[in-house]
Amino acid sequence: MTTTVETIQARPRRGIELALTVLALAIVIGAWVNVDLALRGDAPAELATVGGGLLALVTGLHLLLRWRAPYADPLLLPISTLLNGLGLVMIHRLDIASGQQGLDGDAFRQLQWTTISIVVAGAVLWFLRDHRLLQRYTYTAMAAGLVLLLLPLFPVIGREVYGSRIWINLGPMSFQPGEIAKIALTIFFAAYLVQTRDVLSLAGRRILGLTLPRGRDLGPLIVAWLVSLAVLVFERDLGSSLLFFGLFVAMLYVATERVSWIAIGLSLFAAGTYVAYLLFPHVQRRVQLWLDPFSAESIKQSDQLAKGIMGMASGGLFGTGLGQGRPWMTSFANSDFILPSLGEELGLFGVFAILVLYALIVERGLRTALGVRDGFGKLLALGLAFSIALQVFVVIGGVTRVIPLTGLTTPFLSLGGSALVANWSIVALLLRISDQARRPVPDSDGLPSARVRAARPGASAASLSAPAPQARAQAPAPQAGMP
Amino acid sequence: MNTPIIRMSRLIATLFAMLLVASTLIQFVQAPSLRARADNRRTLLDNYSRDRGSIVLTGDQAIAKSTPSPGELAFLRTYPQGELYAHVTGYYSYIYGSSALEATNDALLSGSSDALFYRRLADMLAGKQQTGASIQLTINAKAQAAAHAALGNRRGAVVALNPKTGAILAMVSHPAYDPSVIASHDATAAKSAMETLVADPTKPLTNRAIAGNLYPPGSVFKIVTAAAALTNGTVTETTQIPGPARMDLPQTSVGLPNWDRAACGPNDLTTLQHALEISCNTAFAWVGLKLGADALRAQAAKFGFGDESITVPMKVTASKVPADLNPPQLAQSSIGQYDVRVTPLQVAMVAAGIANRGVVMKPFLVDRVLGSNLDVIDQTVPQQYSQAVSSEVASQLTRMLVAVVDAGTGGPAKIAGVAVAGKSGTAQQGNGLPPHAWFTSFAPADNPQVAVAVVVEDGGNAGEEAGGSRAAGPIAKAVMEAVISR
Repeated sequence: MTTTVETIQARPRRGIELALTVLALAIVIGAWVNVDLALRGDAPAELATVGGGLLALVTGLHLLLRWRAPYADPLLLPISTLLNGLGLVMIHRLDIASGQQGLDGDAFRQLQWTTISIVVAGAVLWFLRDHRLLQRYTYTAMAAGLVLLLLPLFPVIGREVYGSRIWINLGPMSFQPGEIAKIALTIFFAAYLVQTRDVLSLAGRRILGLTLPRGRDLGPLIVAWLVSLAVLVFERDLGSSLLFFGLFVAMLYVATERVSWIAIGLSLFAAGTYVAYLLFPHVQRRVQLWLDPFSAESIKQSDQLAKGIMGMASGGLFGTGLGQGRPWMTSFANSDFILPSLGEELGLFGVFAILVLYALIVERGLRTALGVRDGFGKLLALGLAFSIALQVFVVIGGVTRVIPLTGLTTPFLSLGGSALVANWSIVALLLRISDQARRPVPDSDGLPSARVRAARPGASAASLSAPAPQARAQAPAPQAGMP
Repeated sequence: MNTPIIRMSRLIATLFAMLLVASTLIQFVQAPSLRARADNRRTLLDNYSRDRGSIVLTGDQAIAKSTPSPGELAFLRTYPQGELYAHVTGYYSYIYGSSALEATNDALLSGSSDALFYRRLADMLAGKQQTGASIQLTINAKAQAAAHAALGNRRGAVVALNPKTGAILAMVSHPAYDPSVIASHDATAAKSAMETLVADPTKPLTNRAIAGNLYPPGSVFKIVTAAAALTNGTVTETTQIPGPARMDLPQTSVGLPNWDRAACGPNDLTTLQHALEISCNTAFAWVGLKLGADALRAQAAKFGFGDESITVPMKVTASKVPADLNPPQLAQSSIGQYDVRVTPLQVAMVAAGIANRGVVMKPFLVDRVLGSNLDVIDQTVPQQYSQAVSSEVASQLTRMLVAVVDAGTGGPAKIAGVAVAGKSGTAQQGNGLPPHAWFTSFAPADNPQVAVAVVVEDGGNAGEEAGGSRAAGPIAKAVMEAVISR
C-alpha cells in the first residue's frame, strides 16, 4: 500500500511542517529567554535543556510522521508545539514571580508532562495504523470512558479540590481522568452513532416542521444527559458536564443530520441547568459572579474573575510585555486563568493570535472530517475537533464573561499533565485520520488520482452510507500490521 | 454527513467570533474604565512603580518626594517636613489612596495628565521611564513655619494670602499628622496610624483651614456687616448710631448684650468706627437690622460666601449666611453668630479683598508645574474672584481696621513700624464650651503683602472680647512678620 502511494508524490508537505515547527520552537525559546532577561536580567541557564529537549521531541514526532503518516496534516504539529510552548513560557514566568528559578518550579513538571505527552502521541501514531481499528473497541471505549469519568467519585482515590471532585490520586501523582474520558467517549460516540445513524435519522414522526425521533431511540441521548447531570451533581464539574453533553449532541446531529436532535438536546440541557441553578448554591454563585464580577458580594465569593479581567485590561492592545505585567495577582494564573495571564503580557493581539491558533487546529480537524472517506473517521475527527473548540469556548468564554466561569483546562496552555496528554493524543488521532483523508486514492482504473476534494456532496454521501471500494480495499493492510 | 459538518463549522466560527468580541471589549473598549477602577491593584502598583513628581516650595525644597524602594512598590513617598505641610500635601498611600494635593494634582504628579502628552511621547521615544511633573507651591516657608509654631499645641487653623494675587502663603491646621507614616510601605504601621487618626475625636485628618466643621466667625464678621453698611449708605464712618449695653430684640424676650455688659458710648450712642474698635455688638446688630438680610447676604456672597465651586485646588467648603432670617436672627447674624459659618480661608479672603482695594483674588496653592528637568510647564496666572466693595469703601474699612489694632481690641497684633489692619473675634459655640478665638488682619495697610486669618478653637473667654484677640492676635502677628521681613 505504501509503495504505490509514495511513488506519486501527492504533496505530503512534511517539509513545511518541519519549517513551521522549527519556527514555533524558535518563538517559544525566544519568549523563554525574554522572560528571563526581563525578570532576572540574565539568559536562562536551563536554555539548552529546555530548547534541546523540545527540539528533540518535536523533530522525533516529525520524523515518525514522515515514516508512519506521511500525508498527515502539516499544521497540527507546529500549532500544538507553539501553544504548548507558550503555556510553558507563561508557567515558567509565573514560577519566577513566585520565587522559583530555572527548573525547580511548575514549568519543570509541565516539561516532564510535555515529554510524556509527545511520547504518548508518538505511540498512538506508531501503534494505531488505521483509525478504523478503534471501531472494534466501541463498547470498551464506552466502559473506559464512563469508569474514567466517574472514577473521582470513588472513595480513597477520589480527591476534592476547590469544591470539584474531578481528581484521582495515583500514588504520588494526581490525575484528572475526565480529560482522558473525553477521548474514550468521543471514540465511543463516533463508533456507536455510525452504527445506529440510519435508525436514528430515518424513523420518526414529523411535528411542527421537525422530524421527531421515536421514543425508544431517545435512549442514548437520555443516558448521555443523565451521565452529564451526574457529573454536574456529584463531581460539581460544570465545565466537563457541559462539554460531554454538548459533544454528544453535536455528534448526534452530524451523524443523523436531524435538527430535531439539537432542539431536544438543547431543551434537555436548558432544563438540566435550570434545575441545577435552583438546587445548587455553587451554580448560583457562578451565575452571580458572571453577571457582576465586581460587586462587593461577588468579590467576597471570589475575586479571580474580576482580577483576571482587570489583568487583561491592563495589558491593553499590545500587552505589558513578557515579564513586565503582574499576572500572578490573579489566582490560578497558570491554569484556568492562563489566558488572562497571556492577555496581560501579550495584549489583545496576543490573545487574537492564540485564538487563531486554536481556530486553525479546529479547522484542520474539520477539514479532516470533510476529507476522510469513512463515516467513523468523519464523526471521530469532527468530535475531536469540536471537543477542542467547545473546551476553548467554555474556558476562555468563562474568563472573558461570555458565559459563567466553569473551570476547564485551556487546551495545551494550562498547567496540568492529564490535559496535556489528552490534547496531544487528540492531535495524534487527528494526524492519523488526516493521513487517511489526504492520502491519494487509486482510481477505479487502478491509477492514482489527486485526492478526493472534500466538499463534494454527492461523493461524500456515497462514501458514508456504504464505504467506497477503495477504502474497503485498504482496510486489510493496517490490520495486518497490528500486533 | 458533510453538510452538518459544514454547519457545525459555522457554529464554531460563531463561538470563536464571540471570544474575539469579548476579549476586544475587555482589552480595548472597556480597558480605560477597568484600569481606572479604584479596586484595581495593578493600576495602583503601576502608579507606585513610576517616579512620581515632587511637591516643592520656592527654592525647590521638596515637601513631598518619591525615593526608590526595594520590593513590589518601586517608589516610596516621603514627606521630609512631617506634619508641617500635612494638610497641604496630603498623603499618597497604596492602602488608603491619596488626599489633598496628592489627590487633586495626581494626573500631573503621576505623569498621566493630558498636559504632559508630548513629554510622555518624547520620554517613550528616548526609552526613558515615564516620570511625573513636579508642582511648585505658593507657600512661604517662613510664614508656614511661623504659623505652625505660633499655633503650637492648640487646635485651630491659620491661612495667609497674598492679597494682590490670591497666592496662599501659609495653610496650617492643627492637630496635624505625619503623612510619611500613612504612605509607608509597612502596611501594619500605616494601618495602625490611620486607625488611630480616624478614631481621634480631634480629627487630625481634617484640614480646618478649608474644610473643617465650619466655625461661627463671631466679631470678625462685623467687617462684612460694616462693608455692606458703607456700600449701601446705611451709615457713614461718623454717623451716630445706638450702642446700648443691651439691645431688645424684636419678636423675642431674649436681649442681645455687649460682651462687657456696658454701653458703647455716652448716651448709648456711638459711631461705626468706634463700634468696630471696641467690637460693639448692639451697634452692629442695629446696623444689620437697618441694612436688611438681603443686603447682608449679598455682600457676604461677593466675598465668596455660599460659593461651592472654590478650589485651591482642594475643594473649599462653602461658608454661609443663612437665608430667611427673621429680625432677631438677622441681628445675631450681623455680629457673626446665629448660623453664620465660615472657613478660615473665607475670613482671609475678606481681609485680602479689603487690603486689595476691594478686589478679591482667587486663592491658589500651585504656582508652577515643573518638568523633570525643572523647566516650567505651566504657570498660574492670578485671577480676580470679585470686586467685593468699591475701592473707596475698602480704604474706609482699612482706616477703621488700622484703628482697631492701634486703639482697639486688636492690640496684640501690633507690629512696630508697620501699619496693621485687623479685627478680633470671640465666637460663641453655644454648647457650654469656651468661645473660639479669631483674628484676621493684613499688613502693611498702605501696601499690603499679607492677609491672614487665625482661629484657635475654644481659645477665648466667654464675656471677654479681648480674650480672642490675646489668643489669636499674636499668631496673626507672627505670620505677618514672617512675610513682611522677607
